Amino acid sequence: MKAPRQSRQAALRGFVALGLAVALAGCKPQQPSGASAGAASKPRIALIMKSLANEFFLTMENGARAHQRAHADQYDLIANGIKDELDVSRQIDLVEQMIAQRVNAIVIAPADSRALVPVCKKAQAAGIIVVNIDNKFDDAVLAASGVKFPFVGPDNRKGARKVGEYLAKKLKPGDKVAIIEGAPNAFNAIQRKLGFEDAMRAAGVVIASSQSGYWETDKANQVVAALLTEHPDLKAVLCANDSMALGAVAALRAAGKLGQVLVVGYDNIAAVQQLLKEGRILATADQHADQLAVFGIEYALEMLKTGQPPADRETPVDLITAESLGRE
Amino acid sequence: MPEPVPTSVRRAAWLRAGADYLGLIGALVLLILIFGLATRHFLSADTFRTIANQIPAMMLIATGMTLVLIVAEIDLSVGSVLGLCGAVTGVALTQWGWPLGAALTAALVTGALCGAFNGLVSVRWRLPSFIVTLGMLEMARGAAHALTQSQTQYIGPSIGGIAEAHVLGLSLPFLLALAVVVLAQAALSHSVFGRHMLAVGANEAAARLNGIDPRRIKATVFVLSGLLVALAAIVDTSRFQSANPNAGTGFELQAIAAAVIGGTSLMGGRGSVARTFLGVLIIAVLNSGLASVGARDEMKRLVTGAVIVAAVILDHYRHRLAQKERT
Repeated sequence: MKAPRQSRQAALRGFVALGLAVALAGCKPQQPSGASAGAASKPRIALIMKSLANEFFLTMENGARAHQRAHADQYDLIANGIKDELDVSRQIDLVEQMIAQRVNAIVIAPADSRALVPVCKKAQAAGIIVVNIDNKFDDAVLAASGVKFPFVGPDNRKGARKVGEYLAKKLKPGDKVAIIEGAPNAFNAIQRKLGFEDAMRAAGVVIASSQSGYWETDKANQVVAALLTEHPDLKAVLCANDSMALGAVAALRAAGKLGQVLVVGYDNIAAVQQLLKEGRILATADQHADQLAVFGIEYALEMLKTGQPPADRETPVDLITAESLGRE
Repeated sequence: MPEPVPTSVRRAAWLRAGADYLGLIGALVLLILIFGLATRHFLSADTFRTIANQIPAMMLIATGMTLVLIVAEIDLSVGSVLGLCGAVTGVALTQWGWPLGAALTAALVTGALCGAFNGLVSVRWRLPSFIVTLGMLEMARGAAHALTQSQTQYIGPSIGGIAEAHVLGLSLPFLLALAVVVLAQAALSHSVFGRHMLAVGANEAAARLNGIDPRRIKATVFVLSGLLVALAAIVDTSRFQSANPNAGTGFELQAIAAAVIGGTSLMGGRGSVARTFLGVLIIAVLNSGLASVGARDEMKRLVTGAVIVAAVILDHYRHRLAQKERT
């Protein structure tokens, strides 16, 4: 049971780090210059993630830990994740624990863009800075509850449009494509779908079908296999993540259509590198998962220092193709 | 041991068995016709080749599940164990540099060990397998993530050969799964071990009084289930040429649904691997057909759920009818 053990370890490490910090602060009353009012100890930042069983979030957490190690003099990190992305109540519990711990800031990738708003509002009311990463809080719910949290993260719609536009160069107007969406209730899944649609519509390409593959290789494989039969003239499949692109490639291989139907993905996971080089997958998007949490943490540190009002900040999304891999 | 049965009774039994299959086959044909009418290309060899290519893993898992259900137990860990066996294969090939044969053996051993754990723990301490395999569901998934560092392992064509080999237009995994179904069905209805399984599932105390050791039977069935899951993992890993630590999530419920559609009793003592195969086919045709139609996602789930319930209601009447005939 990795996820819980890991979070326990993380908590343990957090406590140890905390103890060390207190001890160090005791031995060394002189803080580096620039330390603000709370001078006695470094700010403590809680990172609350979605499923650590997901490669993407694990990369995010590892990136944050590496950053903390490199900036150990500036802040302490308490990182926690939940077992799977649907465990919303567990994530709410985590936020409450962090409020009780009186951390200085919470950087959160909400598992649900609505359900986490009230507890984060509570955190803000307790004087904790809340920074929203990865999955943006629902604007309507934020407005209704009268709170604002800065969102630091990629524009998934723009990223998907970039991938779609690159694909469109290889297509003709009137060509048929299919979109394999992520989980239908996920904000980033909807944004990526919209981005793909923007690009296809601009190029005059016909979207023959758009269905959910629930982020999973196996489900995407089933859908793509059926679509290949139903639409024999399909020219491309746009997948909302790379795991589903793997499933699409397997469906093409089984149908003997490798090379005839183009596949694009999203996330740039390690498993698709080889397929990108071989041209089995045409393109994907890199949101710099290892940096996403770091961007949020840096923003929180900045806010702690300057007390500036919250504003959203967009992080880069890069198009990854065989060419761009060759260039590296 | 069964006494000699008069031919007329035997013929009636055959007819009844035929009627059992006819219900499911009728449902299958109906679904195929509906989707054939609703789409342009569903009624084609391609569709059936595609389905045959997709279902071997589920055929293997559902076969194991049927045997487990027959002995009045349940195995909730099949999806996670599939993920773990796939992870073992992937990591052995990509990170440990093992040859293919060794990696596949490791996967099979892993599956058998998980099954043995399930069986021995629930038998030794007389624990409900529901809770023991629920524990295994968590442990195997955790181990899969620990092994792979939660990263999908890309293996490449070295393992693809298994899924791509074809005999008479049918993929090797499909033929393998079909052979397993035939063997398991034959064992169930014609071997001593099969009779013992049914007896243990129907009435454990009576079976024990008749000199059958239910614990040995149950443990063996769990090991078989684990082995079949490992085979399924090899088939799927080969098909995707990659191993995803999240692979197989929710497969336990699909396998149970297939078995129940096929008339296997959750109370034990009654079930058929061949009919489970038809259950797998019905679910696969449903998935494929709904995707061909391009049905909205909520509609897919509504229809799939409704078909499962309808199948179970039908089976209830078929079963009552069969009992009435017998009395």
